[in-house]
Amino acid sequence: MTNDTRTQGANKPALVVGVLLLIVAVLVGYDASQQTITSTYGIGPTAMPYVVAVGLVILGLSHFVVAFREGLPQPDEADNPALLWIAGGLIFLIACIGLGGGFIIAIAVVFACTARGMGRQALAIDAAIGFMLGLIIFLVFAKLLTLILPSGPLERLFL
Amino acid sequence: MDTLLSLLNGFGVAFEPAKLMFCLIGVFLGTAVGVLPGIGPALTVALLLPVTFKLDPAGSLIMFAGIYYGGMYGGSTTAILLNAPGESASLATALEGSKMAKAGRGGPALATSAIGSFVAGLIATIGLAFLAPLLVELAVKFGPWDYFALMIVAFVTVSATFGDSPLRGLTSLFLGIALGLIGIDKLTGQARLTFGVPELLNGVEVTTLAVGLFAVGEAFYVASKRARDPEEIIPIKGSLWMTKEDWKRSWAPWLRGTAFGFPIGALPAGGAEVPTFLSYSTERKLCKYPEEFGKGAIEGVAGPEAANNASAAGTLVPLLTLGLPTSATAAIMLAGFQQYGLNPGPLLFAEKPDLVWGLIASLFVANVMLVILNLPLIGLWVRLLAIPQPWLYAGILVFATMGTLAVNSSPVELGMLFAFGFLGYLMRRYDYPVAPMVVGLILGPMAEAQLRRALQISLGDPMILLENPISATLLGIAFIALVAPFVMKGLNRFKAAED
Repeated sequence: MTNDTRTQGANKPALVVGVLLLIVAVLVGYDASQQTITSTYGIGPTAMPYVVAVGLVILGLSHFVVAFREGLPQPDEADNPALLWIAGGLIFLIACIGLGGGFIIAIAVVFACTARGMGRQALAIDAAIGFMLGLIIFLVFAKLLTLILPSGPLERLFL
Repeated sequence: MDTLLSLLNGFGVAFEPAKLMFCLIGVFLGTAVGVLPGIGPALTVALLLPVTFKLDPAGSLIMFAGIYYGGMYGGSTTAILLNAPGESASLATALEGSKMAKAGRGGPALATSAIGSFVAGLIATIGLAFLAPLLVELAVKFGPWDYFALMIVAFVTVSATFGDSPLRGLTSLFLGIALGLIGIDKLTGQARLTFGVPELLNGVEVTTLAVGLFAVGEAFYVASKRARDPEEIIPIKGSLWMTKEDWKRSWAPWLRGTAFGFPIGALPAGGAEVPTFLSYSTERKLCKYPEEFGKGAIEGVAGPEAANNASAAGTLVPLLTLGLPTSATAAIMLAGFQQYGLNPGPLLFAEKPDLVWGLIASLFVANVMLVILNLPLIGLWVRLLAIPQPWLYAGILVFATMGTLAVNSSPVELGMLFAFGFLGYLMRRYDYPVAPMVVGLILGPMAEAQLRRALQISLGDPMILLENPISATLLGIAFIALVAPFVMKGLNRFKAAED
């Protein structure tokens, strides 16, 4: 891995990390300043957040320094479509569970999308495998562990 | 001889048929999951935590012990046969192990790693059994200030001393501590950083963070660079068994590896990387056939594997006696304890001796089971390695989702899993270590509680931390460990300028 970002002046990823750390620090500090409960003895619940915020500020500023020196390690180029497939599957999962679509369908989609992202070209077959997997897991949890995973119309057929 | 008596009692617990069964299931599951490429022991434990959810505490902790040791063993199989170490502690094993496998000596490599792990595990567990009560006696005298100082040492050593860049390690740690602030403050009831989201009041689950960072993050990472380096299984050719020569060359490295691994693991210094690499370089120096190193020397597998396992048992010493996790795996184990309202520490030894000693005895049992189970089952584990990568990672994400939903079935929890996964991917991409973040999340609130307790006792005087000899010494060690890498770097630069 060669590091040729130095020629551009500042290392962009390091700058971004620095800015993000400062934002987190501000969030933590602001939240602490809004708290109402104080402690009579010793230090209250706000002390630690302020310490963490100060630490994050120092780390953020250090990243700015690093950005102008060696920078962060230069990563290889990412396979973005692959990432999008997996992320898409996971976002569908969250939506499906949130909107009451049920566990089994969500799992089928996650399985199929992830396998697709990893390079398999058989979306329908993978969805079927994922469906079976989801069904088995749901039944094992429901019958053996008496733990009901999020249910939609489909799951209610089995309960 | 109290220790022996307690240990015998522990064996009484561990030999109950139900407990033996749990241990066997744990060893089997741990190996099966640990063998999958890209899954280290930390992730194995995190993924399987929900499985133990409904068992009684003793049974599930015993299963845990099995999972832990099984996961370690599975990881070294992957390192040898795939040259894909699941964690940095098996890097050294992969160096020589994969070369041996390529040379058709995969069988003896796996055997020396299994038997070496067994020998190391056995010795280190004996060490644990005898060291733990001594440390408990010491720990009883610890005040909150001492605990706080100890945690600071753990923070520093986990994040700053090891890894490529102390800055990136500390960043990871501080993000973990910041996550630890989320939720209701235990001492006052003040809600912190919840932004009005009720799901956040209980704080961030350690398992959600760990599974997100390790499993989902790894899946993203592998997908992002899929096209570049396809993994290849090296088939096992020839005999599985070690020759007389192999035995002769293995036994001393096993013992030396154990001697490195256990003490370093037992210190709150975090990680098995140091002992494994120490062992590797020592074996390289002592070996009668130094020309074989780099081409598959059996000593280079035997030593680091023993060191790795011994340090795994070593990390249980601070975990059980002080409640101090010094590795990501230990942090997740601690989360497992807390799931049952158990707080490891000196009190646990006094209140639940059956449980603690049953657990320690189960480590012996798990060790024996591993070696009996794994030598004949190597063929099965190799077949697990052959699962096509797309299905493997799809399956991992399914299990990650399942585990998260079983603990807390809300879309917010899944959203966090996804967010942590993406964060884990970015951290991997830019070479930030993820383990300090998990340790920060679990140790941060503990350190805060101890500090506040200390300051309540001293009526707000922070000098109490420096007036007590133990805490003062520990803080001094932490300071040196924190500053040393930066100073060394400065010295190096100075040297470079001089040249």
